[in-house]
Amino acid sequence: MRVAVLKGGRSLERAVSLRSGARVEEALRSLGHEAVGLDADPSLAQRLKDERPDVVFIALHGPGGEDGTIQELLEILGLPYCGPGVAACVRCMDKVLAKHEMRAAGVPTADWVAFNSTAFSELGAAEVIDDIEERIGLPFVVKPAAQGSSLGVKFVSNRDEVPEALIAALSYADRVLIERYIAGQELAVSVVDGEPLPIVEAVPKDEDFFNFEARYEIGRTEYICPAKLSAEEETAVRDAALRTWSALGLEGFARVDLILAEPPDDAATPDPQVLEVNAIPGLTDTSLMPIAAEAAGVAFDQLVERIVQLALKRRSASIPS
Amino acid sequence: MRDLMEITARPDVISLAGGLPDLSTFPPESFAARMTRVAYESTEEALQYGPTEGFGKTKACILEVMAAENMHPDIDDVTVTTGGQQAIDLIAKTLVDPGDPVICEAPTYPGAVPVFSSYEAETHQVEMDGDGMRIDLLEDLLERLAADGQRPKFIYSVPNFQNPAGVTLSLERRRRLVELARERELLIVEDNPYGLLRFEGDHLPPLYQLDGGDYVLYVGTFSKILSPGIRLGWCVTPPPVTKKIVLGKQASDLCTSSLTQYFTHEWFAEEPWQDYVREVTQIYRSRRDVMLESLARFFPPQASWTEPAGGLFVWATLPDYINTTDLLAKALGQNVAFVPGEAAYLDGRGTASMRLNFSGSPEEQIREGVRRIGAVVSEQVELYETITGEHARPALSGRGVDPEEDTAELEEPAATVLPLRKPR
Repeated sequence: MRVAVLKGGRSLERAVSLRSGARVEEALRSLGHEAVGLDADPSLAQRLKDERPDVVFIALHGPGGEDGTIQELLEILGLPYCGPGVAACVRCMDKVLAKHEMRAAGVPTADWVAFNSTAFSELGAAEVIDDIEERIGLPFVVKPAAQGSSLGVKFVSNRDEVPEALIAALSYADRVLIERYIAGQELAVSVVDGEPLPIVEAVPKDEDFFNFEARYEIGRTEYICPAKLSAEEETAVRDAALRTWSALGLEGFARVDLILAEPPDDAATPDPQVLEVNAIPGLTDTSLMPIAAEAAGVAFDQLVERIVQLALKRRSASIPS
Repeated sequence: MRDLMEITARPDVISLAGGLPDLSTFPPESFAARMTRVAYESTEEALQYGPTEGFGKTKACILEVMAAENMHPDIDDVTVTTGGQQAIDLIAKTLVDPGDPVICEAPTYPGAVPVFSSYEAETHQVEMDGDGMRIDLLEDLLERLAADGQRPKFIYSVPNFQNPAGVTLSLERRRRLVELARERELLIVEDNPYGLLRFEGDHLPPLYQLDGGDYVLYVGTFSKILSPGIRLGWCVTPPPVTKKIVLGKQASDLCTSSLTQYFTHEWFAEEPWQDYVREVTQIYRSRRDVMLESLARFFPPQASWTEPAGGLFVWATLPDYINTTDLLAKALGQNVAFVPGEAAYLDGRGTASMRLNFSGSPEEQIREGVRRIGAVVSEQVELYETITGEHARPALSGRGVDPEEDTAELEEPAATVLPLRKPR
């Protein structure tokens, strides 16, 4: 089979994407497929037309690759592709939209407010910062609304840090999300075709907040898989992830990041809070989804093969008989 | 940040991030002629391994370059290295054990940061002002270290047109630094890649010349006066250190490329190498001028920057509330790049500064690049003022990196809603 692997691109996560893509290509070749690595640049559409792959593996992260743009292009070209469809990608990449969808579907997600920079410049939103603080409570997390990774994510523990955090987050996107900080276990549930893989727990080694670099540098974060959870907690976390999967209309594969809030007392029922969904999760050798697959006894090659088969299956299902 | 830096290499990005010399005027016919001669006359030698410490002929070229700055070391003290970078690495490898204190400037050469880190040096950075490293602060630091029973393994300094700050160590401070090294029997590592690239003002004697090579280890390179692609640098060290450095080099790469050493011999024998240096210096001077003009025109009044009298870099400092690593993400959206200041520190400082290179881009690109960066900075400043209701005072007109000036400015009471400085 001829598989085009899309990687690189123009997003800030280019370097990570190149690593994900290279690893996928290697896996495809070891499976006996023909892998054609394509950097997502202005020649991409033409090259896809020339190459006519049987299926496209999207290993792009961040805006452009994970936000429905490339998916739309592949729909137009009539090429089957791996991972979620256009609408689900749009919902996942816009963290604000995703949270609205989740809340509407009853998926637990931390309280938030969202702003774009014009709210400050044209609507005097600075006046309501105190109100936000009151409503969300300190500490909180400021995030760009449209970045896949933790780039630009700032942890705010006191009022003085608010302007800097807003300015930093607004460097990455026009809109920011201010989200209540929930102390607890950081968990990631990778889901393949509606089936959750073992849950991964991320334990940052010495950062006060899980930052972008820590996520991709070997040794700075410890990953535990399966996560240390009681049976009850595990069920609650999986349930939240699967409800998110349905609420956002995901297909193929995706990763749901959530926090299992510290219980107020021993009798409390588990309280998982979904933070965000990665429509194209990282596939590097330090990424969480491959770790989860391995814990389930699924080698990276097999994971890639399964993802490719799902794309083909979806394709044949969508062809009118 | 490393991942962001990778994007700066995209062809559509105007990169003021690199430290690249301009090679657009390098004469192709000379290059071809010199390489052809190497091919015809020295095939075997040029394609063979060479001595670890470098060919005598290469060392003769090095002595010529150093003589141009009034330094006359013993040829046996010279080791040819694979770029100046390897010289720094070998010196650190030879002298530093994990936990040993090393002193450098704040900010320091970003390429030295991973070297000091990889040998697990305990690095201390001494603030600079417009005259380079503050020797009074250095003395305080030495006192503090001594009180703890510690002595730095060496003091690393780029005295001329420092990378990244663009400032030059004054003559008075050079004298005092060398004196201090003698008094306290401390080693100085003088890294001087840019000394011959002076645009104006008097040439200042290198630390090596002032000291005579007793306490100063010298690092030089052909990268900025000939080509970085040939990977040719050197160090000058006292005999016991040289011996260890040669052993270290043997372990790391056996020898520096014979081919590029042969090319360099030919270049020095046949070409007026100083003319080429003068030519690129002219180019850099007008690029520097364009950069300074553009900064004055496009950067908001809250920013300040250094005015280098030579070299490759300008160091710009923004209000404290702007983090230049985050700003780089925004700048990349406008297809322009710089080096965020924190790359020049080992302790998380420098987050409001950036290094801008003027040697590697044509004037039009410098103007456009600075305009785009200025626009994103102005946006951040306006946003901050909108969010806080504060209108920061413009930086003082001198716009040098004088910390005292900065302090004076901060003492000025402003109608702050929120403090300017975030506690670190």
